[in-house]
Amino acid sequence: MTALRPDLAIIAANVAPGSRVLDIGCGDGALMAALRDTRQCDARGMELDPHNVAECVARGLSVIQGDADADLRDYPDASFDYAILSQTLQTTKRPDRVLDELLRVGRRGFVSFPNFAHWKVRASLLWNGRMPVTRLLPIAWYETPNIHHVTVRDFRELVAAKGLKVEGAWFLSGDARIGDAAATWRAEHAVFLLSR
Amino acid sequence: MATAPHNPTSSVLDLTAPLPLDGGQVLTGVRVAYETYGALNADKSNALMIFHALTGDQCVASPHPVTGKPGWWLRMVGPGKPIDTDRFFVICANVLGGCYGTTGPASLADDGEPYAMRFPVITIRDMVRAQVAVLDALGIEQLHAVVGGSMGGMQALSFAANWPLRTRAALIVASTARHSAQNIAFHEVGRQAIMADPKWKGGDYYGAGKGPDSGLAVARMAAHITYLSEEGMHDKFGRKLQDRPDGTKGAKTFGFDADFQVESYLRHQGLSFTDRFDANSYLYITRAMDYFDLAEEHGGRLADAFARTQARFAVVSFDTDWLYPTAESRTIAHALNAAGAPVSFVELSAPFGHDSFLLDVPALDRVIAGFLGQ
Repeated sequence: MTALRPDLAIIAANVAPGSRVLDIGCGDGALMAALRDTRQCDARGMELDPHNVAECVARGLSVIQGDADADLRDYPDASFDYAILSQTLQTTKRPDRVLDELLRVGRRGFVSFPNFAHWKVRASLLWNGRMPVTRLLPIAWYETPNIHHVTVRDFRELVAAKGLKVEGAWFLSGDARIGDAAATWRAEHAVFLLSR
Repeated sequence: MATAPHNPTSSVLDLTAPLPLDGGQVLTGVRVAYETYGALNADKSNALMIFHALTGDQCVASPHPVTGKPGWWLRMVGPGKPIDTDRFFVICANVLGGCYGTTGPASLADDGEPYAMRFPVITIRDMVRAQVAVLDALGIEQLHAVVGGSMGGMQALSFAANWPLRTRAALIVASTARHSAQNIAFHEVGRQAIMADPKWKGGDYYGAGKGPDSGLAVARMAAHITYLSEEGMHDKFGRKLQDRPDGTKGAKTFGFDADFQVESYLRHQGLSFTDRFDANSYLYITRAMDYFDLAEEHGGRLADAFARTQARFAVVSFDTDWLYPTAESRTIAHALNAAGAPVSFVELSAPFGHDSFLLDVPALDRVIAGFLGQ
């Protein structure tokens, strides 16, 4: 098995073994496979891209082709111990509503996203006056699926406004964990564990 | 892993017990014709059942008994193929009401005459019941999987819902959990075409030379349109004209011959169908499909149909299939989700409309191989 992406590794390490998990925007199923194989989870997925869904089915995973914006409403309340949005929130049409749905279908929710206030992004805007193209945001502004860029501070404010509890927060610079202190500009990537 | 022989085998099972039907009647002396491929392992755990579609037959991967054409799912079933006969013992039976060896309206009743319209109206669940009898006879307690496209998918759903412990997985392709008004309407056009043919004779045409071939051909033409996509038809035929027998290239005749290539194609499809299918079977099988509503059978809520299932499911639709569009497959997937069953759903992109499940769609091969490989 190839190594998990660092944000996925953090999520995998913090999911209680044996739990029921919904991975929204599960991609090729790498996290689901890891949760199934190393944490004995009952993992289900939702993914927009049919090629990725086919890849997941070929790995023996249960994945529904669907759209986080529209199709989460079909799941009953609290039907999962965890609902996960890894690098998906910023691609949705209404991240605020998706967040509501996340914590409706899941008793807890993991959200990971690239931090748009990372210093390289700031520098790109400040010095070049251009939308950044970085390691985590590799696609030019006109074709990126990331339509709602978000920063660590923005996210904390949205979470507070919704009255959600932050049960855990992890920050990554490159592939290395960093502390909370300067996360708003040093974190390339953030992972939050939320609950109602 | 040792390689089992592909070993296509034709068998016939005479049911010793009467077959109770959803319509309240009981059929005695039922015969089921089926084909098997591969080898059943010692603990009988590697069996897989394929259900065929409306005008299909049990010869999934063997030459067609009438036309001699290759099996209808030869691209999917065989050694090393997505439904791997090196690994699985594959069973496919002709459906009840059919015309390829299983008891149907052309079979002889107790009085030695063909049933014709005395044959009882059957349902999809009745078809499955007859096939479960094959599993019983073979001593197969639980299948690795049931697999079906179109009407075969309805049977796979019915099997998983009504015999929940007898399969570990169900794969449903280009299908639906209930026939829509539009589906019923198209079938009714076909049935009326058959019954309007004077040679139908109230169904008693057996032994009277030609049956209602014109009516059956029209039924097939109308149905065939629903199996293709508008785009696929346009790409294949457009408004192109036929060359005339006298050598004239593509000119209108200002008459009612098949000027357009699409007309000629449909006429050919209709006529060749009459060589291989019994008109009364067509009536009975389309009726069974129209009656199919899995939710209705289970108190009106589709999720309840799957309450006792422990199987894994995969549901596949095609973006150009307007006969059983993606929304129907989504409904199945949502119901399975609500019932807590492990389910995958994917809409694949393919240009061939409903017929995509029979044609060259590599993504389907991957999904099927992956799902069944578990």
